[in-house]
Amino acid sequence: MRKWGVTAAACAAVIVGAGLFATRPRLADPAVLSGLAPDVAQGEQVFHAAGCAACHSAPGAEGDARLVLAGGRRFSTPFGTFVAPNISSDPVQGIGEWTPVDLASALWHGSSPDRQHYYPAFPYASYVRMAPQDVVSLHAFLMSLPADATPSAAHEVGFPFNLRLALGGWKLSFLRSGWIVDGDLSGQQQRGRYLVEALGHCGECHTPRNALGGLILSKWLQGAPNPGGKGRIPGLAPDQLDWSEADIAEYLRSGFTPDYDSAGGEMAEVVLNTAKLSDADRLAIASYLKAIPQSRD
Amino acid sequence: MTKYLSFAAAGLLSVAIVGTSMAQEAKNPAVKARQSLMSLYAFNIGQLGAMAKGEAEYDAKVAAAAANNLATLTQVDQSAMWPVGTDNAADPSSRALPAIWQNFPDVSAKGQALAEAAVAMQSAAGQDLDALKAAMGPLGGACSACHKAYRAPKE
Repeated sequence: MRKWGVTAAACAAVIVGAGLFATRPRLADPAVLSGLAPDVAQGEQVFHAAGCAACHSAPGAEGDARLVLAGGRRFSTPFGTFVAPNISSDPVQGIGEWTPVDLASALWHGSSPDRQHYYPAFPYASYVRMAPQDVVSLHAFLMSLPADATPSAAHEVGFPFNLRLALGGWKLSFLRSGWIVDGDLSGQQQRGRYLVEALGHCGECHTPRNALGGLILSKWLQGAPNPGGKGRIPGLAPDQLDWSEADIAEYLRSGFTPDYDSAGGEMAEVVLNTAKLSDADRLAIASYLKAIPQSRD
Repeated sequence: MTKYLSFAAAGLLSVAIVGTSMAQEAKNPAVKARQSLMSLYAFNIGQLGAMAKGEAEYDAKVAAAAANNLATLTQVDQSAMWPVGTDNAADPSSRALPAIWQNFPDVSAKGQALAEAAVAMQSAAGQDLDALKAAMGPLGGACSACHKAYRAPKE
């Protein structure tokens, strides 16, 4: 009898071990980035398109202070409150020591250089689609930004969500690298798709999530409850947003809605980033949004 | 008679539109006044925006007129339009956050930034379409900076 117990325990240990091994934090393959030369100006565009400053600049930072990525903004979610970490070029408190491969591991696999899982509040489920060249250029731009020695604050997340090992299971279920809207897209729409699905991570707020925090892809950009408070984040699909492409592009440039009210709340923060893109990129986003399929329910 | 009826219908329709677009109509004259001022901003920016988007053909005279109006509107002395007790907690017809009354110097600085963006638009709008387009961004940024900090989200 005792022998059976030992066998069962050993089996359980093997299963858990295999599970943890299968879901261990992955790092990026250095070969994918080899031979790519950084372009800092392009990296700056990636930085704005990916909205890094919207989360990682200090709370309330305006103007050039948004380029100091000291962290500290708080994001309340159904799983707890996440605090954006310092990703400035400080070698101790920030990511100044990171190589481009370290950055790729974070953006594509949600893994830190020392093989810890990041919480998906960091939108690697979108950045997983970021092009290798853009990662290398973004790395160069981030390293050109000021260092700040503010230590990162701990997330305020309760049991069971404080078990980072379990995030391997989340990734196995929800981290996918393919395009979400597939099919016959024009070159402009494909550029828009890259800006929306990869860099802009629009779906992280505009798509509803299931109980485990995975995006419900059959309702892609169909609108969702606001995790940080009351109200609803609007849908962007053509049957929900009847703005013209010119309306959408203008909104992303100046924040003006078609009735010349201005963006508020989180979108005001987003428009600070999209204002720095080219007219062509803003129109590409607009043309992609017009190609989103309707809800499949 | 038909003319009279269509006027009446138009009147009813506009009442219906105003009724549905505002959560609750403002009763306090100060709240009404500042909301009306915002509508006047929006109307004039709308003239410029239609050209920026390519919905309307660029017309230097129309653009300059709208930009002049806007610049004038940003000079209106609003000091009587923001009495204490007209924040969104006290008056549900307003989306003005109480923080406005705690940070008046910052609110005025943001108002000043809007006035400057309007002056920049004034010199750009009559010039050409590219200059107008370029001035839209900073103008929207000035509106948004204040709304982000001091306006409650739509219900």
